[in-house]
Amino acid sequence: MESLSNKKKQIVVKPLNFWERAYLPAIVQGLSITMSHFFRKPVTIQYPEQKREFSENYRGLHSLKRDENGAERCTACGLCALSCPAEAITMTAAERQKGEEHLYREEKYAAVYEINMLRCIFCGLCEEACPKEAIYLDGDIIPSDYLRKDFIYGKDKLVEPPLNQ
Amino acid sequence: MELADIAIKFGLIIIIFLISLVVAMYSTYAERKIAAFFQDRVGPNRAGPFGILQPLADGAKMFMKEEIIPTNATPFLFIVGPSLAILTACIGSAVIPWGQNLVIGGRTIPLQVTDINVGILYIFGVVSLGVYGVMIGGWASNNKYSLLGAIRAASQNISYEISMGLSIIALLMVTGTLSLGEIAQQQHGWHWNVLYQPVGFLLFMICAFAETNRTPFDLPECETELVGGYHTEYSSMKLGFYLFAEYINMFISSAVMATLYWGGYNYPGMDWVTAHTGPAIGPLIGTAVFFAKIFLFIFFFMWVRWTIPRFRYDQLMDLGWKVLIPLAIANIVVTGIVITFFS
Repeated sequence: MESLSNKKKQIVVKPLNFWERAYLPAIVQGLSITMSHFFRKPVTIQYPEQKREFSENYRGLHSLKRDENGAERCTACGLCALSCPAEAITMTAAERQKGEEHLYREEKYAAVYEINMLRCIFCGLCEEACPKEAIYLDGDIIPSDYLRKDFIYGKDKLVEPPLNQ
Repeated sequence: MELADIAIKFGLIIIIFLISLVVAMYSTYAERKIAAFFQDRVGPNRAGPFGILQPLADGAKMFMKEEIIPTNATPFLFIVGPSLAILTACIGSAVIPWGQNLVIGGRTIPLQVTDINVGILYIFGVVSLGVYGVMIGGWASNNKYSLLGAIRAASQNISYEISMGLSIIALLMVTGTLSLGEIAQQQHGWHWNVLYQPVGFLLFMICAFAETNRTPFDLPECETELVGGYHTEYSSMKLGFYLFAEYINMFISSAVMATLYWGGYNYPGMDWVTAHTGPAIGPLIGTAVFFAKIFLFIFFFMWVRWTIPRFRYDQLMDLGWKVLIPLAIANIVVTGIVITFFS
């Protein structure tokens, strides 16, 4: 039948000729190819010392943001936890007391905010869901650790450092 | 034989033993490094500068790991397997001439443990014993993968030993002696046997690859089909012995190839060098040249391993029986004709 795309190729299976059956020329060719790689610069990036450059929208470790006055933006609405497909986020809400206005932006805040990094799939749905622009996945790679409990990151690791310190 | 001679022999044996162990140890490191370079990687570089302590770390790991003897295995044979493998790998070095006779303070020290007049046969005997380690280990594991790996190893070794022997017969027709010491002496300067027996060398080298179970003939430990092959059930240092035996075998077969075909410790201009450095230093330079040749062969073993894919089993047998053996016989005939009519 006429080929419409003109991409059709007739494959011919020829019996190997003498030199092909002797393997040796092919082996010599292969050896020369590997030898040309021997002196090539390795492509390895020595990870802890060197780092590959991330793209601008790389999703790494989460950070809980502060506003321009240094107060925590998170209002513990729970939308991030709700949107999380991996159920990695848990939080406990608390009411802001008098005199804590410089610490928390809204009347309600997250007293406990935990992300289980072993569950997190770094999809970024939490930062999409957040109405307060409080959570961003703008950090680094999660460092390795020995115990499962050490992968549950609380506010101590997630909240941005205070502004003027 | 006086006491000093015995002491010197004993020292030589210990030195050679240690050298083959150290070379085997660092072959594992070299293998990983060279594989990395061939694949545009860096290789082990964390333990010490350039990862130079990696073999020690690996060895320590091997010793620390849990010793497992499977319930259904035969415990005695299970232990005999790897012991035999490493034993046969180590005793092969006894007949290899490492250098010319050393003369220190009027005393002549031969750099060869023993120059028995059937050295090549001895090597053959040791090599064919080597398959017992694999065979017994695979059988004692009581595991079908191990057994299949062991059967493959045995049949492969037996098939390739024939063409190896035949390729050596052609060499023996040229040299006229079975003693490795004399064969090395005959190749003085640049009269290396590879110039007279290029086909024989090629056959011998292919068979050496098969005998040491290296790629492209590493079917006994074919991961895709047989898990680990004959050492599937092995753990800790018993596994280490098997892996170690492979590298010692590679070292010894490189040494044998260098001795038989590439002139051993001989190099062009060796008389001039020996005359200028004296009989105590000159032979040692020859030994260094010998080791350079051995390392080149080891490098070649690894180079081939990281280039060529593995043979299929029927291809392996085809190559052994239908190609190498007829070629080796033809080589003998041609050598015989040339010797009869042209010399």
